[in-house]
Amino acid sequence: MSAAPVRLDIDGVAVEVPAGASVAAAVALAAPHFRRSRSGQPRAPLCGMGVCFECRVRIDGVEHQRSCLVPAREGMRVACDD
Amino acid sequence: MASYDLIVLGAGIVGAACAERAAGEGLRVAVVEPGPVGGGATAAAMGHLVAMDDDPAELALSRLSLRLWERFADLPLAEFSRCGTLWVAREPRELDGVAAKVARLAAAGIEARPVGADELYALEPYLTPGLCGGMLVAGEAVVYPPRVAQHLLQLACERQAQAFLGRRAVALTAHGARLDDGSELRGPVLVATGCALPELLPQLPMRSRKGHLVITERYPGRIRHQLLELGYADSAHGDADSSVAFNVQPRPTGQILIGSSREFGVEERAVSPPMLRRMLERAFAFVPMLRELQALRVWTGFRPCTPDGLPYIGAFAPRPHTWVAAGHEGLGVTTALGTAQLLVEQLLGRAPAIDPAPYAPTRMLR
Repeated sequence: MSAAPVRLDIDGVAVEVPAGASVAAAVALAAPHFRRSRSGQPRAPLCGMGVCFECRVRIDGVEHQRSCLVPAREGMRVACDD
Repeated sequence: MASYDLIVLGAGIVGAACAERAAGEGLRVAVVEPGPVGGGATAAAMGHLVAMDDDPAELALSRLSLRLWERFADLPLAEFSRCGTLWVAREPRELDGVAAKVARLAAAGIEARPVGADELYALEPYLTPGLCGGMLVAGEAVVYPPRVAQHLLQLACERQAQAFLGRRAVALTAHGARLDDGSELRGPVLVATGCALPELLPQLPMRSRKGHLVITERYPGRIRHQLLELGYADSAHGDADSSVAFNVQPRPTGQILIGSSREFGVEERAVSPPMLRRMLERAFAFVPMLRELQALRVWTGFRPCTPDGLPYIGAFAPRPHTWVAAGHEGLGVTTALGTAQLLVEQLLGRAPAIDPAPYAPTRMLR
């Protein structure tokens, strides 16, 4: 008996992930990269455990959230490229 | 033995400014700095160019210096950002002094105006509800001090100043200064070593006042002005062993600097978690949104403090050819350029732009 999947908005794209998945998992399904460095290089998760800060995205208006640590919730709006 | 018209000891923002001014006058200048240029109090500072009006001599020096800072308004490396200063009041009684502050600043040619509660939130939406108003000084700016110190030293070197970097002055001699490699530089000496002043001039009292700063990730647009509480001066000028005051600055990158703390009698460089907590709680009380942000780094620094809160600028009378520019506490960045002008005018025997008496080092000799 599994919980219903949750739906998020990633840069305007609707994404569905299993309940309990991280926001990082949702972003990986929808976006080409998580953010760009100051010099414009694409970035994506490296450690997956909140240490490297490479997977930062804006979640519901709050910048620099480590997406690997944030559980996906129904209706979240995620913006990459901050 | 090399001889000079001025040997500047210390290349923080004050020493570098004095070297640049003296070299610009055609003097042969030497600069001695054991650590990184602008690497002491200069690198730890916020870089807020602010007119503090509580003391007439402090205001006169700030005013002179703020005008000189306009030279660097368009210099990219200075990161000069005219965000303005917004002083905020928590208690109605804190607003009582605003009219007098506005008048004092106006008399010094600095434009400030009272701000009502409604406008306060239009200017800074993230301020905590219930504040009663404040005062806006729209023309004030922030800079990145260590880069400016390096730039001033470079300008001095373009005017033939000689920099002895990685060298330390270990003693004042009859004819100049001796360095840690045993060499001696000959000429008048300017001691601009901040907190380290007593190592060379133990006759002049100097205490170090520790401070903490936090810098956040980039959050562009959240904070628009340099924000301070109107009670800031009570903390800055008080003699309490430790105090905190709300002082937050938007950097041009979108990062936010959060201060401020003051502690006497602490030599430990390490961050003090209880002090950091006190300082942050004070900031959160004014801007609750700051709680949610990601801090990147915390550091400490030491402000060089004289007993009466005014810097030492001028001749050190007991020794011939010995000058001092040190002890600017939290206003060294603001007042560095004015200090350099005042010092070099006296060195050259010119009429100084402002009355130099309040800053005369001899006032502290017992």
